[in-house]
Amino acid sequence: MIEFRNVSKSYDDGTLAVSDLSLTAASHEVTVLVGSSGCGKTTLLRMVNRLVAPTSGQVLIDDVDVADRNAVELRRSIGYVMQNSGLLPHRTTIDNIATVPVLRGTPVKEARRRAMDLMETVGLDTSMARRYPWQLSGGQQQRVGVARGLAADPNILLMDEPFGAVDPIVRADLQRELIRIQAELGKTILFVTHDIAEAIALGDKIVILEKGGKIAQQGTPHEIMAKPKDDFVATFLGLDEERSLHIDGDLVVDPSGRPVGRLA
Amino acid sequence: MKWVLDNVGTITDATWAHLWLALPAIVISFVVAIPVAWVASRFRRSRFTLLLIAGLIYAIPSLPLFIILPLILGTSVRSLVNVIAALGLYGVALMVRYAADALDAVSPDTVLAATAMGYGPLRRFFGVQLPLAGPALLAGLRVVAVSTVSLVPVSALLGINSLGMLLTDGFQRDIFAEVLAGIVATVVVAVAVDLGLVGLGQLLMPWWRLTMKRSAKRSPVEDKQVVTA
Repeated sequence: MIEFRNVSKSYDDGTLAVSDLSLTAASHEVTVLVGSSGCGKTTLLRMVNRLVAPTSGQVLIDDVDVADRNAVELRRSIGYVMQNSGLLPHRTTIDNIATVPVLRGTPVKEARRRAMDLMETVGLDTSMARRYPWQLSGGQQQRVGVARGLAADPNILLMDEPFGAVDPIVRADLQRELIRIQAELGKTILFVTHDIAEAIALGDKIVILEKGGKIAQQGTPHEIMAKPKDDFVATFLGLDEERSLHIDGDLVVDPSGRPVGRLA
Repeated sequence: MKWVLDNVGTITDATWAHLWLALPAIVISFVVAIPVAWVASRFRRSRFTLLLIAGLIYAIPSLPLFIILPLILGTSVRSLVNVIAALGLYGVALMVRYAADALDAVSPDTVLAATAMGYGPLRRFFGVQLPLAGPALLAGLRVVAVSTVSLVPVSALLGINSLGMLLTDGFQRDIFAEVLAGIVATVVVAVAVDLGLVGLGQLLMPWWRLTMKRSAKRSPVEDKQVVTA
């Protein structure tokens, strides 16, 4: 369980990224932090593995304040997947995946063997093992990123817009893959995105953030869609007047009659 | 040509002596410049001052430095340590700027990713930042190496053996072939050291070799596309 207790973060230039925010992300669930840029979602995520220190307040993992833990050890125990994969360009796929276990002292041979298994878990052909990141497609790089995040078998996985830089078809594919992996592994995942559709697709719980790092609403996708708390949330969900949809035959159309989907 | 054939032994000795002065100086340049560049790159405010000092050192004329340095080091003017120290000082002065730029150019995202993976500062520097700065460091070191090799002959004015001796001796005794041999041999040594560094770079950075191959392969294709477009 990850708990944010009254955390704030202000930067030297006076900008307030997060203000007095409290939030709990339950174990073995996917909690999605969603909001437009400048809502502090990445800042919150980075507080968990101490890449960012809160100006005030605490972040606790299973009731232990992360500030009391050794930062390097803490990071090795938490998976981290970022946009543009953040792979090390001078390491092959397999060595990128094996990074954290090797840092934790696992013999290289064993770490590589486990990395091979992980390549299969995330749907990568093992013939890619010896390739360098720039020899892979964007989607493949993200899969490597996910495999690397899982390599040390962490309880917690932090994902910072991991599928933000790939095309919609690959993104949908990666999302399905993540849902499958999560069903199998049951990690505590904190997932950051600005894409509400992605949040609804992946989240067991969704936290909508507004500018200045405040929570606009939180709940299951169902709760939020059924009862948006205010206009801001409704607009963010695309439930405002302009986007109100209705059914025309077996098509779903917007107020101007443009089709946006089809009934199953 | 006859002079060269008659004096192969002298030339070979001078070449080894030349390398024996240049190579330690090049190694010193690299090893000393890295931590200085790390400070310049890590602490923004120190950067201007450090690079200014490096620039000033590089501006000291070499002959006076060869004479002043023994007073500071307590060595004799004609000691090899003196010459290597002076060459190393120039090398460091030149290398610091290259190295600082090389470290600055490493993608902050990659460094952040490494930190997030749980790299400690030291391991991150040697395992991620330094190798990724490698190609740019090598480019700088190649300039330093060639510059050092071509600076060594100045020490011949102090009477220290190197290919520079062929120049001073050739001038004094009016043997044109000897002067020419000195020049050619110095250039050959410079090219050899340069090739050696490139080879070392490819050995230590296999990923860099592949990147080079990729860009070499890619460019003709791009040219073709421009033509057909």
